[in-house]
Amino acid sequence: MDELRTAIRDYVVKEYLEEGDDRVINAETPLISGGIVDSFSMVSLKRFLEKKCQIRIPDEQATPDAFDTVSRIAELVERIRKDTAVAAR
Amino acid sequence: MFSAGVRERYQQDLRGIEEAGLLKRERLIRSPQGADICVEFPPGAPVKRVINLCSNNYLGLSSHPEVVAAAREGLDARGYGMSSVRFICGTQDIHRQLEERLTGFLGTEDTLLFPSCMDANAGVFEAILGEADVMIADRLVHASIVDGMRLCRAQQDTFKHSDMGHLEEKLQEHQDKRARMVITDGVFSMDGDLAKLDEIVALAERYDAMVFVDDSHATGFIGRTGRGTHEHRGVVGRIDVITTTLGKALGGASGGCVSGRLELVEMCRQRARPYLFSNTVPPVIVAGALKVLDLIGTSTERRDKLEESTRYWRSGLLELGFDLKEGESPIVPVMLYNAKLAQDVARDLFAEGIYVVGFFFPVVAKGLARIRTQLSAAHERHHLDAGLEAFARVGVKHGILGKGRKEIVEAYGA
Repeated sequence: MDELRTAIRDYVVKEYLEEGDDRVINAETPLISGGIVDSFSMVSLKRFLEKKCQIRIPDEQATPDAFDTVSRIAELVERIRKDTAVAAR
Repeated sequence: MFSAGVRERYQQDLRGIEEAGLLKRERLIRSPQGADICVEFPPGAPVKRVINLCSNNYLGLSSHPEVVAAAREGLDARGYGMSSVRFICGTQDIHRQLEERLTGFLGTEDTLLFPSCMDANAGVFEAILGEADVMIADRLVHASIVDGMRLCRAQQDTFKHSDMGHLEEKLQEHQDKRARMVITDGVFSMDGDLAKLDEIVALAERYDAMVFVDDSHATGFIGRTGRGTHEHRGVVGRIDVITTTLGKALGGASGGCVSGRLELVEMCRQRARPYLFSNTVPPVIVAGALKVLDLIGTSTERRDKLEESTRYWRSGLLELGFDLKEGESPIVPVMLYNAKLAQDVARDLFAEGIYVVGFFFPVVAKGLARIRTQLSAAHERHHLDAGLEAFARVGVKHGILGKGRKEIVEAYGA
């Protein structure tokens, strides 16, 4: 797992799993559809990503589908970073 | 246009809900609310007298003759409806009187009535918080609070349910915001546990945050004199905003309120959209609610009886071997985990003369289906004994007694 995916995974474990919950979270573990993160508490994850990655995630892109796995979240972040870089040129 | 194609799409969605075992069906009640009610279910079936173990009629006042009489007097004296929002021509002197009585009862500085607590929660955050502020909510707050927070431009964050360590981290993280508001239910409606309001208030005072509590499942009966969760936790006068309902213990008709700091309530009066744009609470309901406050203000007999019934019911279910959520409130969830099992158990209990409803997604999280039993001061010991006997028979039938989550999920699926 690369650095971004590891950081996302580690945040999810710390922010959403209760003490004693030993579920394994990997890059493809369903987070929203698996009931680990719900659409209400997803806002904490969005804030973390924006601060850590220095990006802004438009609300319409912060969907349960886009946030359902660590991989998809990382892909979203990478896409936004790329779009932001293109817009800046 | 509602074309055949559009209709078919919605029919498909509804079929999907039914196939997933998640379709909700209403039962027709052909009597006033009470410990015993007459129910027609399914439609067309003979009407059956059953024991109601799923209402919010915590103090048994929903059909109390004195409340009904007071409401009738209010109807005769002040009419049926005001046909107005509050600020135009919808405020009678009895509205202000009820607001003052609620202020005294809750131990706050001012109170504003809303058509419901759902409306109070929809309007309050937007009226008092802005983009520079942050709302930090317990993850299990009521759906109406989630909706109200979404309508507000303030930033949002959440903390693990009742986890004070996690809340403290969030308060530290958000010290750069203009204002912070910690948001919680007083009694959590699906699990029946009580918020650690004393610890929340201590943290809020340390980190300069306001505290909001929705006490709908507490007002009237939690705390030594029934003022609510803040009385139970010893923090009366230290909660900045309380929302609560007149639609549960306080008569069960409708209506809600925002109660708290003078300035915050006044901001709601000036800006809260449900207050500005929705009809005023009808005079008949105001009159009934005033009588309820009279009844509970002079005696704690009803809340004391409810507390004792809750102890009896909870220990009875535990002895039988049901898996219960821990708690002290008259909300006693019987955990079944599987949605179909919850519906089947509810159906079988109905056949035994006990009226309860299965709760499953989206009302509760997937895999955590339950039957939420609720006690009332209207229940007598014979109601509870009949309920326990029925639960015993149905529990044996489904093989769930003495079983925890793992065994039930193994047998029935998640």
